[in-house]
Amino acid sequence: MRRRVVVTGIGVLAPNGNGVADFELALRKGRSGLRVNEAMVEHGFRSHVAGVPQGVDELAEATFEEDELLAMNSSHRLASLASLEAWADAGLERPDRGDDRVDWDTGAIIGTGIGGMDTTAELVVPFVNANKVRRLGGTAVERVMASGISARVSGQLALGNQVTTNSSACSTGSEAIVMGLERIRSGQAERMLCGGAEGASHYIWAGFDAMRVLAKNWNDRPEAASRPMSASAGGFIPAAGAAIVLIESLDSALERGATIRAEVSGGFVNCGGHRQGGSMTAPNPESVRRCIGGALSDANISPDEVGAINGHLTATTADPREVGAWADALGRAPGELPPITSTKSMIGHALGAAGAIESVASVLMVEKGFVHPSLNCEDVHPEIEPHAASIPHEMLAAPELRTLVKAGFGFGDVNACLVFQKWDA
Amino acid sequence: MATEAEVFESVVKILTPFVKNQEALASVKKETHILDDLKVNSSRLVDVVLQFEDTFDIEVADDDIDAVETVGNCVSLILAKVG
Repeated sequence: MRRRVVVTGIGVLAPNGNGVADFELALRKGRSGLRVNEAMVEHGFRSHVAGVPQGVDELAEATFEEDELLAMNSSHRLASLASLEAWADAGLERPDRGDDRVDWDTGAIIGTGIGGMDTTAELVVPFVNANKVRRLGGTAVERVMASGISARVSGQLALGNQVTTNSSACSTGSEAIVMGLERIRSGQAERMLCGGAEGASHYIWAGFDAMRVLAKNWNDRPEAASRPMSASAGGFIPAAGAAIVLIESLDSALERGATIRAEVSGGFVNCGGHRQGGSMTAPNPESVRRCIGGALSDANISPDEVGAINGHLTATTADPREVGAWADALGRAPGELPPITSTKSMIGHALGAAGAIESVASVLMVEKGFVHPSLNCEDVHPEIEPHAASIPHEMLAAPELRTLVKAGFGFGDVNACLVFQKWDA
Repeated sequence: MATEAEVFESVVKILTPFVKNQEALASVKKETHILDDLKVNSSRLVDVVLQFEDTFDIEVADDDIDAVETVGNCVSLILAKVG
C-alpha cells in the first residue's frame, strides 16, 4: 500500500504577511501586499509596482549569526526564515550549530525561478568588469549558485537526506512539493522541506518588464494592480517571497504525535512540449488538462470531489484559457465550477516562490475551511464571465471544504498540480 | 604607525564575525590557530584578508595568504606590509 503524506509544518514570508498567523489573517481580510517599488521607478520600468515582504533583513538579523548573514542574499534570507518557521511549526527543534548529528531522514527541495541574480548584478558583474575579481570575496559562489538556498537550509537544520533546488519557472514551488511527495512515498525520506524562494530585486524583474508582461496601467493604484480574471488585467505584478511546506510520511507524523494540517493526496507534473498551442511562454491547454487530471488520478479522487481551486491565474491573457482548462478538466459547466481564487491578486507573482506561497495558502484554506477572496476582478473578463459566480470577491466560509486543487504553470510550457485534502484528527 | 597591540586588536575584531568557537575567541592570543582553534571556515579567509587590505591600505599576495595560520601570523604580515 502506498505511503500517505501529510503536511505537518508551514512557513511563509509573503508581501502581505510574514509568518503563518499574519499571512492567514491577510488572506482572510483580502489584504494586498503590493506597493510602488522605488527601484523600478528610478530605472525606468514601465510597471512601478511589486510585492515585497517587509522587514526581512531585520528578521534575518535577529535570527542568524553575523557570519551566516554575510553570505545570505535576499533569496537565502527568505528561504531560511520560511524553513525555520516550518520546522518549528512541525514541532521540531532547531539543532545547535555545534551539534554534530545529522538528520538522515529529512531533506529539502527548495526551488527558485531566477536564483541569486541580485548578487550577480550588484557584485559579480561590476567587480569583474572593473577587473577586481579577487575583490568578490569568498561568498559569491554560494550566493549565486541556484542550489544555494537549499544548501543554506541543510546547514541550518543538519539535513542529511536529498537536498536540492529545482527550477521550472513559475511552477517551481508547486513542483518542489510534488517531488518531495514522490520521495517520501518511495520510502527514501520521512520528511521533506519543500517550496521555493525568489529574492527581491529589480534585476530579477527587468526582463519581464521588457517583455511587456507586467501590468503598467495601475502604477498610481498599486493595490489594484494585480487583477487576475479581470477584463482590465494587463499583465502580472512581480513579487518576492518564500514558503516552505514540511511534508512527512503519515507514519512518522503519527509516531511523533505531530499536528497534521492537511494531507497531500496527489500531485502531478508535466510539460506541453511547446506544441498544440504551447510555447516557451504559453501553456499547451491539453497539457494543463492532463496535469490537473493526473493529479486527481494520483489522489484517487473524481473531479466532482474538488471543492475549491487555487489557480495559477497571473492576470495575463492566459487567465481565460486557464479557467477554461479547469472547467474542462473537472467536467464542470458554467455555474458549476467550485470557488476559484487567485492568491496573486493580493501578493503578485512571486515567480519560483509562487507555487509554494500559494500552497501554504491552500493548506490553510483546507485546514481552516475558507476560500480567500480574489481581489480586483469585479469586472470579470468576458471569456470568464460564464464562471463569474465561482469567483469569491469576499472571504468565503467553507466549513465543508475537503479537497482543494492548486496548480502552477510556467515558462517552458511546464505544469505542476497538487491536491490538498482536509485531515480529520 | 599602528602598534603591534593595535594591529592585534584590529585583527581580532575583523575575525570575530567569522569565529564559531566563542570560547577560543575569549582567550585569543597570538598563537591561536584561526582554522583549528577559532573554527573559522577556510573559505572565509578570503574575506578576512580583503578586510585587512581595506583597513590597513595594503595588498596581500596569494602566497602570503597561504602562509597565514595563527592570529600572530596575521599581525606580523600586516606589520611587515605597513612598515
